[in-house]
Amino acid sequence: MSRFGNIFYLCLLFGALWGAIATILVTLLALFISGELFQPQVTAGAIAGLVTAGVLTGFTPERRTLGICVLSAFIFVLVLTVTSGAEPLGLAMSTYSFGQLIAVVVTAWLVTFAINTTAKGFGPSRERRYNVEVICLRFVKGFGIVAFTIAVALPFFVMVMMSLKNQQMLLSNPLDFSINFEQGFTALFRSYIELFTQYHFGSYLMNSALVSVVTVLITLFFAVPGAYAVARLKFPGQHFLSRSILLIYMVPMIVLVIPLYAIFSQLGMRNTLWGLMLVYPATTIPVALYMLQGYFRGIPAELEEAGLMDGLSRLNVIRKITLPLALPAMASVALYVFMIAWNEFLFAFMFLDNVDLYTLSRGIAELNSSEVPRQHLMAGAVIATVPVLALFLWFERFLVAGLTAGSVKG
Amino acid sequence: MSDDRPPQPPKGLGPLAKREMRFAYMMLLPTFAIVLSVVLFPLFANVWISFKPVTLGDLRAPSILVNERLMGDVEAVGDEADIRYRIRNSSRQSDIAAVFMTDELPATLDILNVDDRCTLDGSVLACDLGDYEAGKREDVIVRVAATQAFLDAPINVKDTEAAFEFDPENVLINDDFTLDNFRKVFNGSDFWPVLWASLYYTIAGTIGALVMGLFAAQLMNMTFRGRSFLRGLYLSPYVAPVIAVALAWVLLLDPGPGGTLNALLIQLGVIDGPINFLGQRVAEIRFLGLSFDFPVALTVVIIFEIWRYFPLAMLFILARMQSVSTDIYEAAEIDGATPLQQFRFISLPQLAGIMAVLFLLRFIWTFNKFDDIFLLTGGAAGTRTLTVNVYEQAFAVSNLGAGAAVAVVVFLILLVFSVIFFKFSPEDDA
Repeated sequence: MSRFGNIFYLCLLFGALWGAIATILVTLLALFISGELFQPQVTAGAIAGLVTAGVLTGFTPERRTLGICVLSAFIFVLVLTVTSGAEPLGLAMSTYSFGQLIAVVVTAWLVTFAINTTAKGFGPSRERRYNVEVICLRFVKGFGIVAFTIAVALPFFVMVMMSLKNQQMLLSNPLDFSINFEQGFTALFRSYIELFTQYHFGSYLMNSALVSVVTVLITLFFAVPGAYAVARLKFPGQHFLSRSILLIYMVPMIVLVIPLYAIFSQLGMRNTLWGLMLVYPATTIPVALYMLQGYFRGIPAELEEAGLMDGLSRLNVIRKITLPLALPAMASVALYVFMIAWNEFLFAFMFLDNVDLYTLSRGIAELNSSEVPRQHLMAGAVIATVPVLALFLWFERFLVAGLTAGSVKG
Repeated sequence: MSDDRPPQPPKGLGPLAKREMRFAYMMLLPTFAIVLSVVLFPLFANVWISFKPVTLGDLRAPSILVNERLMGDVEAVGDEADIRYRIRNSSRQSDIAAVFMTDELPATLDILNVDDRCTLDGSVLACDLGDYEAGKREDVIVRVAATQAFLDAPINVKDTEAAFEFDPENVLINDDFTLDNFRKVFNGSDFWPVLWASLYYTIAGTIGALVMGLFAAQLMNMTFRGRSFLRGLYLSPYVAPVIAVALAWVLLLDPGPGGTLNALLIQLGVIDGPINFLGQRVAEIRFLGLSFDFPVALTVVIIFEIWRYFPLAMLFILARMQSVSTDIYEAAEIDGATPLQQFRFISLPQLAGIMAVLFLLRFIWTFNKFDDIFLLTGGAAGTRTLTVNVYEQAFAVSNLGAGAAVAVVVFLILLVFSVIFFKFSPEDDA
């Protein structure tokens, strides 16, 4: 029996991979923050990670103490420095010496942490298939979390950072996302201030809020009774109805645009917010109705029957028993509808010509021209994103429960 | 005889059931009204328009234009002159029916003679002018004589504007029908590439979003610190306004100076020169001596689609996963099933239902998608899908009829998908 088995060799492989990944990540982060042209030392990072994994997982799990971990991290720093020719971030240590030192230590910590987590509980010796799979899956999941996080966050990160830079800085070094705090608040948020003072973003914000809130109110006003009827009352055509509701939700908006454009043009409703407040609810009512009927079904019918027995009318049963119980559901539907209306682009783009009536989507589309600097465009994008994202994160639990429980079952 | 028959169940609905039915219909009526008027009616209107030769310019309704002048010199009492109304149909294409003009004539002029079609009631002139075909123009003359009062205070006849009543012909509701729009759609050299791009986009986008959603759901099903933060983060592409994220991507992928991703890849040494991610139609790839064309822009658009919609799949799959009881996994554990076997033989079958529903729903919604591609590429570089083509035809080429015809094609394909969807979607108790 050899002391080193399949687990050990796997750990060497994963150590090398983690070393390479961590080196790339930390170097790019350093590059974003400082604007210096650091160069990821991928091979050096991989070798250092491999050696580190060899040291750390050469010990049996119970002997991997904090001291051993620190030792492994130190070895990572050492190997990385040597194999990269004393340039662990691809630039001589003389620039930003202290910052580079921190970056290297962070890298070492990350790699050691990742290897330790991946190999946790498993020794260097040979293991059965079950544990091999566990270790592989740990690596895949860890890698997945890193990859997903970067893929999702990068566009948002770029959006926010670009809005705080100016055109020359962006064009000369697009990777420089350092924030210059010395220029002061006004200079830093210049594009935001200009959007509100020169580009009417205040009124766009108001228009978007107005249209979205009215859409939510109208949608709930129509969808609640409709959903209740479909979910609770018995009538001919009930089954057909509950199915066709979803069918309506599948009608593509682009098919509706041409006739609505033509008809609204003739009726003089095209360049108005009223037009949007008619179209948005009509497109959200079916999905709201579908979500709500799921909830109403979930409320025990016995509760309502008891109310009916006690002499309440059907309307009062709904008002006093069903609606209070469905309040969380209505909140999540309201949030979802708000989101749809706030984010809607097509109809706002097609219908609105008048600057005073622009919603945020329409206003940002207007900024998308070569005359407007791109930091203004990104500032506009941030202004449109922040309210809806904040609202969403605030009520996330609500919405997640609502979306999944109410709409699609399976 | 009749007494021997067993009691029959009541036929039809009882009074209680009838009341319930009426109540239900009453509650559904407003919903129906609004959905009917803004969704179903436009759907039919779209089909209607697709058979008509309508362009964007036709939406401006034709009207009657008039120019009113006093012709002739009036210098002394009794001098005669003409009030001339020069009337024309503003449109060169559409007729106007039943034109009726009224005008207030200056009381200080003696009216000698009016046009045959006009009548005079006090100082109010009323003319029934009949129909005006496209481009028609004509004059209506009123013969007048000056009075002393008029000479003392001359009045411009234009001060009282002639009022018109008329029925403009509406191109949207006249009886011109044509199959030209459909001929144009199917004969156009780009119909098949567009259809192919649509299907590729839809299939790859749907499967990609589902697979990524499944992967992300597996990650979010673990317990670790910061999980709820990450879940919120992962959902944000779906929640953020499409215009904001699409334009952020456009700037991120910019091939010119200032493009972050290109600069990043060059810095990493992955590529030598910038790639025009959203503007390059194909890249030739040589592999094992074979060379084939790789659609660059279309693939990037699909990646955006996956990026934006994997959160939705993640959400639904996660909800399903968390509702699976843990007993079954514990039992498998005791039987010695490895993690991959557990995933393959327990999780996947459990998730098959929701995955199927998600696939069908996302497939249809992806097929319907317009704004993502429109904002990223505007349909350039081989990314023009059917929905983008609707917009192109109707508003860029300003041929509403042709756009509507493409929209009809979109809707028909969709109808087929929907039928398949309802045939194969798992029966729930709805």
